[in-house]
Amino acid sequence: MTPYFNEMFQDGAVRKPYAGLEPWSAGMPADRRLAKQAEAEALFRRIGITFAVYGEGGDPDRLIPFDMFPRVFTAAEWAKLERGIKQRARALNAFLVDVYGRGEIVRAGRIPGRLVYQNEAYEKAVCGFTPPKGVYSHIVGVDIVRTGPGDFYVLEDNCRTPSGVSYMLESREMMMRMFPALFRENRIEPIDSYPERLRRTLASVAPVKCERDPTVVILTPGHFNSAYYEHSFLADLMGVELVEGQDLFVDGAFVYMRTTEGPKRVDVIYRRIDDAYIDPLCFRPDSMLGIPGLMDVYRSGGVSICSAPGAGVADDKAVYTYVPEMVRFYLGEEPILKNVPTWKCSDPSDLKHVTENLGELVVKEVHGSGGYGMLVGPKSTKAQIEEFRALILADPSNYIAQPTLALSTTPTFVEEGIAPRHVDLRPYCLVGERIELVPGGLTRVALREGSLVVNSSQGGGVKDTWVLAE
Amino acid sequence: MLSRTADNLYWIARNMERAETAARLLEVGARLSLLPTADGYRTDWDSLLRASGNAVGFAQKYGAATEENIENYLFFDRDNPNSVASCLTRARENGRIVRTALTTQVWDALNTAFQELRQLEAQPRAGQEMSKLTEWVTRHTAMLRGAIDATLLRNDGYNLLNIGYYLERGDSTARLMDVKYYVLLPRAEYVGSGLDNDQWSMLLRAMSAHRAFHWAYGGEITAAKIAHFLILNPQCPRSLITCVAGLNNHLSRLAKLYGRETQAQESAARLLSDLENQSVERIFDEGLHEFLTRFVGEAVALGNVIYNSYLSGDMN
Amino acid sequence: MLLIVDHVTLYRYDRPVRGVVQSHRMTPSRFDGQKVLDWAVTVSGGTLGSEFRDGAGDWVQGWTVKGPVTEIEVRVRGKVQTTDLAGVLRGHRETAPPEAYLRETDATAADAAIRDLAACVAGAENELAGAHALSEAVAAAIAYQPGSTKAHTTAAEALAQGEGVCQDHAQVLISAARVAGIPARYVSGYLQSGADGSSHEAAHAWGELYVAGLGWIGFDPANGCCPDDRYIRLGSGLDAQDAAPIRGVSRGQGSEVLAVTVAVQLQEQ
Repeated sequence: MTPYFNEMFQDGAVRKPYAGLEPWSAGMPADRRLAKQAEAEALFRRIGITFAVYGEGGDPDRLIPFDMFPRVFTAAEWAKLERGIKQRARALNAFLVDVYGRGEIVRAGRIPGRLVYQNEAYEKAVCGFTPPKGVYSHIVGVDIVRTGPGDFYVLEDNCRTPSGVSYMLESREMMMRMFPALFRENRIEPIDSYPERLRRTLASVAPVKCERDPTVVILTPGHFNSAYYEHSFLADLMGVELVEGQDLFVDGAFVYMRTTEGPKRVDVIYRRIDDAYIDPLCFRPDSMLGIPGLMDVYRSGGVSICSAPGAGVADDKAVYTYVPEMVRFYLGEEPILKNVPTWKCSDPSDLKHVTENLGELVVKEVHGSGGYGMLVGPKSTKAQIEEFRALILADPSNYIAQPTLALSTTPTFVEEGIAPRHVDLRPYCLVGERIELVPGGLTRVALREGSLVVNSSQGGGVKDTWVLAE
Repeated sequence: MLSRTADNLYWIARNMERAETAARLLEVGARLSLLPTADGYRTDWDSLLRASGNAVGFAQKYGAATEENIENYLFFDRDNPNSVASCLTRARENGRIVRTALTTQVWDALNTAFQELRQLEAQPRAGQEMSKLTEWVTRHTAMLRGAIDATLLRNDGYNLLNIGYYLERGDSTARLMDVKYYVLLPRAEYVGSGLDNDQWSMLLRAMSAHRAFHWAYGGEITAAKIAHFLILNPQCPRSLITCVAGLNNHLSRLAKLYGRETQAQESAARLLSDLENQSVERIFDEGLHEFLTRFVGEAVALGNVIYNSYLSGDMN
Repeated sequence: MLLIVDHVTLYRYDRPVRGVVQSHRMTPSRFDGQKVLDWAVTVSGGTLGSEFRDGAGDWVQGWTVKGPVTEIEVRVRGKVQTTDLAGVLRGHRETAPPEAYLRETDATAADAAIRDLAACVAGAENELAGAHALSEAVAAAIAYQPGSTKAHTTAAEALAQGEGVCQDHAQVLISAARVAGIPARYVSGYLQSGADGSSHEAAHAWGELYVAGLGWIGFDPANGCCPDDRYIRLGSGLDAQDAAPIRGVSRGQGSEVLAVTVAVQLQEQ
């Protein structure tokens, strides 16, 4: 049995960051805990935070389970994470500007051109165009796991439109409402400036042709989308319009939204729609979600799109293995955060290693997300492993493999009381005129005992994440 | 405000009012079925369908117009776009789309109606009393209306909700009157008979306006008094003139808010001045059915003008 | 050569549409083989919006037309001085990396027959010879037969059918070239309509293959040659749809009928 790092208890003692939570949790009787848990659930349902799970059918108004036991970082731990995340966000953006420009990193032989230019996420349409401030990915969600006191690994980068930030904010809101005393007793860094900082970040990348206070909108695929709650939540907190494709149109060299008072020009679009759907004239002609002509306006500097079309080539799982190389190449620095060692099945010797050690590895699809299409070797049956082996052999370049990481655990409220459960962390790094991130992130927790899959689509829950002040 | 947001707010109101109309139609039908008809004691349910504009859809699905079928059709049937269930579901969906333009109270009222509807649908049909169901509908529509009036900011959205309400309600009053007059009493010799008055009285009850009528007019119920009450009396909350005046009020508030008039204000003003210059005598001369048909047509046209002026997103 | 172009595309809608948005690549490329003396694109009732040169070097123009409209005329008129460069796209500035043109699309997905066709490249003494051989093989495999294929016919379908038009020749050529590891793209443009009626399509299409050391080189299997001074190059893409000179959508219920007339003539000296 792997000795997992427990973030609260080490050698029978409580680690310092959790000292403030020890009496709180120890002194909570079961009935109070249940009552509080029910209160939290009622509040979540009341405000409408729900999450639809892809392809599972069932109740579209399902709640993501919320665990009241906070996850805590010290100021020193966070300082290191923050430096590492910002470094990564800078490198990823430099990479994107480069590969749509001169492609120096490919010319220098530091990453194979095939991985970049033949990548499905590489958008030829934006070659030679540099977005305002040279930013492609304005919100970088970096998924981080911990295996020891000072051991953090980046599991993957999300450069397009990482979701979940509404859960980060609502979890905090919930904790402050239910346990105000905790916030008086512990000095916890606030995170509520996130929406305002996001709005400022977006406004800071207004296009060159915008000469006034920029109008920012959020573009959603619509209210049937599983993340619609988050879209409307952010629009509300930022004080910007939440639009669908049909609300926007191109006239001349600009984009406008349809309002009851006539057309209103839009300068920055924070889109929560994939590249393929944003403009039927440029990408998928069958898209009903997009705005015809948007890409022409974008490429001539009439509107900004966040994240910039084409950003996806940086968060591809095969490109991921080269991020440390990007840090060295563009920034001349050593990576602060480590990558998880990764075997690329497209490489014959890696493939051999993977197929021989499937029982110990985690195998993922290169383009997959949300915990779908993956194999967790140690948790799988022989039959599941054999089934996956066939999938890999049929299309090796579609898969990568990583060792099964000993994800840290934090105490979590479960039916029997309090028990350790595995967690990960997704902080949201904002990149505009400045690079910043609020002290915190979304902690996802695998609620099933022993499970290492934290995705909400696979039975994961969320927790409030604390960063203690110095 | 986004045109799409405006459109959804407007349709929350129209759909809720339309759900209420379906409930009231059922109420009229249920009450009329208790009365002797010209041909005996069998109510012509068919007429109800024609008045609600759904005769074809119904005939295709059910064939025979029995009481049970009609109740099903007007209340629960999702294939009928104007059933209570369809309208409530759509109103809630409209609300979900513009959730952030609503207060918690307004959303709660919409959402609660929808959740209770789902429970009603899950129960066996038999044993659900129709009068209870219609009461359930009017209770929820009133609760939503109250939440809107008590908690919403008096901004463009509030005016658009009210525009939707008044337009739909005017249409509904006209249609309900037409059920009674055109369909149930086609032959002139019955006008003014005791039977006629009983039916008018039922209509007033179905519109929850029976007592109000007596307060306002007293004495015997006559067709002229009722027509005056439901068409021309600005005290009656459901009269055509009240609805059109309400439309004018909220349209002019919208024009003031935006600092710009559209064709909608002009059309609504024309409709109001037409009504103000009407008299019951002239309406009866024209023929009540003809008058009501003309009004419904004008209301539809006004709806189109409002759509083009504020909701379509194609204005310049 | 001095070529005169007059190209009219007429869109008719059976019911008025609320508006039309188009993206054009209708301006001759800038390279050593052609020099624009005079060029104008007009759209009836339209507003010219964004204009820019994209990463592939194409001049893109965005147009919008406010409805209601039932008819839109897109007209291109101009005069271009051309020089025969034996197909070589010399002096063309672009930032898109050639490797980005190795990706297959739905219309150019290779099947077994296309892979067989591509085998002739491996047998050639060098890449350039291979490209020529491939172009000849495509010409031999697909007979020119107007009306035999449609706008959305894929490369594989056209090859299986054995007949097609210039679009099919070009798509099969680039599909097979990519199989052979040669970056390849679809090019749209004009071809001088010869007085003798020798060339068939004035609005024309061909393929471009990237040969290391030489750069992009045009191949026109439909006419069994490399583009010379009878050709005017407009723009390129991964397939016919991606390279279309006009891409557009209308907003409304009306259905669309298209009428196109193109004349590309030699200026009388």
